[in-house]
Amino acid sequence: MRKTSDFIFEIGCEEIPAGMIAKACDEFKAILEKYLLTAGLLDKENIEVIGTPRRITAICKALLQRQPDSEKEVTGPPKSVAYDSAGEPTRAAMSFAEKQGVPLGKIYTVATQRGEYIATKLVTVGRPAEAILAEILPRAVAEIAWPRSMYWTTRESMRFIRPIRWIVALLGGKVLKLEVAGVRAGRESAGHRFLGKSAVLIKNAAGYESALRKSFVLVRPEARRKKIESEVAKLATKNHLKVHEDPALADLVVYLNEYPSVILGSFDASYLELPDEILITVMRGHQKYFALRTSNGRLAPHFLAVINLDRDAKGLVCAGHERVLRARFADARFFWESDQKCRLADYLPKLAHVTYESRLGSYADKVERMRQLARWFAEQWFAQGITQASVASADRAAELSKCDLVTGMVGEFPELQGIVGGLYAESQGEPEDVFQAVYDHYRPAGLDEKIPSNLTGCAVALADKMDSLVGCISAGLLPTGSSDPFGLRRAALGVVKIILERKLPVSLSSAISAGVKALTSTTPKIHVKPEIEKQIIDFIIDRARFVMRERLGFAYDEVNAVLAAGSDDLVDAVKRLEALKAIRRSKNFEPLAVSFKRIRKIIEKAGPADIWQLPAVRPELFDTDSERALHSAAEAANRKASADKRAGKYREALQTIAELRPAVDKFFQDVLVNAENEDVRRNRLTLLQTLLREFSTIADFSEVAAGESR
Amino acid sequence: MHPETFLRVLGPEPYKVCYVQPCRRPADGRYGENPNRLYKHSQFQVILKPAPANIQDMYLASLKAIGIDLTVHDIRFEEDNWESPTLGAWGMGWQVLLDGLEITQFTYFQQSGGIDLEPASVELTYGLERIAAFLQSVESIFDIQWTPERTYGQVRLAEEQQFSTYSFDFADVTSARQMFDLTEKEALRLIENYPRKDPAAKRRYPVLAAYDLCLKCSHFFNLLDARGAISTTERAALIGRVRQIACRVAACYLDQTSSNDSTGSRESEESE
Repeated sequence: MRKTSDFIFEIGCEEIPAGMIAKACDEFKAILEKYLLTAGLLDKENIEVIGTPRRITAICKALLQRQPDSEKEVTGPPKSVAYDSAGEPTRAAMSFAEKQGVPLGKIYTVATQRGEYIATKLVTVGRPAEAILAEILPRAVAEIAWPRSMYWTTRESMRFIRPIRWIVALLGGKVLKLEVAGVRAGRESAGHRFLGKSAVLIKNAAGYESALRKSFVLVRPEARRKKIESEVAKLATKNHLKVHEDPALADLVVYLNEYPSVILGSFDASYLELPDEILITVMRGHQKYFALRTSNGRLAPHFLAVINLDRDAKGLVCAGHERVLRARFADARFFWESDQKCRLADYLPKLAHVTYESRLGSYADKVERMRQLARWFAEQWFAQGITQASVASADRAAELSKCDLVTGMVGEFPELQGIVGGLYAESQGEPEDVFQAVYDHYRPAGLDEKIPSNLTGCAVALADKMDSLVGCISAGLLPTGSSDPFGLRRAALGVVKIILERKLPVSLSSAISAGVKALTSTTPKIHVKPEIEKQIIDFIIDRARFVMRERLGFAYDEVNAVLAAGSDDLVDAVKRLEALKAIRRSKNFEPLAVSFKRIRKIIEKAGPADIWQLPAVRPELFDTDSERALHSAAEAANRKASADKRAGKYREALQTIAELRPAVDKFFQDVLVNAENEDVRRNRLTLLQTLLREFSTIADFSEVAAGESR
Repeated sequence: MHPETFLRVLGPEPYKVCYVQPCRRPADGRYGENPNRLYKHSQFQVILKPAPANIQDMYLASLKAIGIDLTVHDIRFEEDNWESPTLGAWGMGWQVLLDGLEITQFTYFQQSGGIDLEPASVELTYGLERIAAFLQSVESIFDIQWTPERTYGQVRLAEEQQFSTYSFDFADVTSARQMFDLTEKEALRLIENYPRKDPAAKRRYPVLAAYDLCLKCSHFFNLLDARGAISTTERAALIGRVRQIACRVAACYLDQTSSNDSTGSRESEESE
């Protein structure tokens, strides 16, 4: 049984940003495990890392006290060189032994593939854990990656998220000799800033949590979460209220406090006349309060604040928070009222002074283009039988969509852009179709976010995103690497999500052309090079591939095969994907895909089509039955598949095509494409080319990987 | 940013300074109607170079010293990295909240005028009106008893109303742009004529005046911003122009002070 000791390592820090602590703990755990497993001090991954705003702590109940000894075999010269004919060691053997630091007696021979060699075993004695930890720990701390790090003494000194002020490092209760960022490790930790002792002595890992608990630090995030949740529930129940759920906020407050308590505060009910979105944003964003609802679901004039104290005995903290919230709400009301001294549309002229992008003009210019595009989308949809599409609503919503950018409210709460415009439009009597569209038009903000809730909103959102894509890419602002200042990736993702989730008939190429037309026909009338449209399509299709794979769960090759057969109508592409996915496991399909690949290669090898292609297949040039059979099977299949395809029955069409497999197989068995007779050869190539072309309109089978089940 | 902060954090010499700084932020004006927000407020600014290891404790002791009982109030250091993109200055730190009210910005300066600081300084900026309102338990900043005879509102409300009105409603965008351009031009003229190679001429060269002009540019930028006249992209361009002045001033200042071994007395500057 190897001896183990318990181990504790605490990085004491000035307040670490709450949102980063959990991730840093996970990362530190992985770093430590990597080092300790490599050093042989750990049998398995049993390090635990927990954190509060002021500390990141690693705990291990059983760390080996010493590295195990390790043994390594070293081979020397061949036996024939090491021993003379009399079997006596030669100079070579002696110098080998000397070099390895072992007596001659420890030398033996080993058989290798190349013959017999002399060898010896070298034993490396394991080092004590103390020595290894002293090396590893400072390095491990420095390896934690932060979004941005700082120095607090000189530039050459260590960088970290915030200054490191103390280090506790104990192995089996004994202080390790090490230094991190110029701080010598000891056993002195710190309690809660105001409630606990400033110096808390830690005896060993086992006593760590309870020692800090006595000084009002709940080291375990779960313990803090539990305390918060139970107090939140108690206060809500007691006051017959329900908490406005906010998991992200809950995660945040767990890491904002070392000893959290929850207090209930109130505000003047007159503020409830402001929209919920604004009240909640103020409470949540600035003050990190939980909003509360009454039993009928309406916002209540109360809030819950999580404070870093054991209680608010005199009610001073609560009074303070209430006062701050009153001022914040007064600010919001100030904006709500002063912004609405004029109507939303009255802000339009101001947009002319707000540049969208230097080459793409002002926001007023963008709004003009958006109106044109939004109308275009609505017209298209209406023409395709979507009767609720309203050109007038789309136009009006696009016109109002950006007005809120110059309001005070959005200046103060930029995260409410669109929402504020929607709320103002609503309170100023715009129809629901319009105000909801304004409200929603920035959606979706990401892969998991909702798309606009009505059709007009979809038209305006698509117009906005399409204009950004067409405009910025034309202006040479295609995102590179991680830099995407105009959010073009998000815009393209939004276009894809809206089209797919709402199942909208949109021709991407026509939509892009409409965008280009808007860009070239209204000020600042920029010139768009023809090749740009292709770049824009590729950019959007790239996001579509991502959505189809990561979100809809289609395989790589399925997506490639379907998009190679056409990507202009994304809703149709997904229908074809579903058919392909359903059919690919059937017995004929993948073998047929292999044959199509072969056909493609043969055709590529034959060189440019114009030198061999016949206007049509000429049956009189066939000289085997297999050719004739394939030709007639293909013609029949094409008739049936085309009819199915027109009816949108992609699965049936693919089934029909798959059934060609025996005919294709037979053809390749019996027929040599490259016949000596030139006409016969050209006829065969033409037959194969027709096959490939006609049957690649749903999916390009040659893109399908056989025998893979991704 | 006061030159005692912006410039003094540059270079290696230890330096400690504190002073009250009136801060004008046109976009924060509320016509005197918001109990916590002001067009112009007063900050008590502290610079400590190098940053002491116990600076957080020193800061908390300062709160105790002015009568805040830390055991019955909720004091919190919440992430807030301060940055002045117009001046190429930034640092990492917190806003300090007292029962949810922001009372101090606490920053470990990393750069000023685009120059990495060696060593790092710590800056504390106390919001005096908010702290005073808290200590006097008054609801609004304007109710603070500023002197035994007068409230803060009596002293300052008219100014708040008028300057809010000016920045939001009256300031002429075209003139503000022209003044920005003019001031920039004058600042650049000073910077470009800095006699880098002439130690004698250097000593009295008005680098500080160039910085003063830089601050004026920054103010016109803020004014245009409050008027809602600047877009996201134009904003970046204007910020870049002010930053360029700030960075070049910082470089001149470092050159001037390192060749001027005796850091002579410098007269104090006015606001911003």
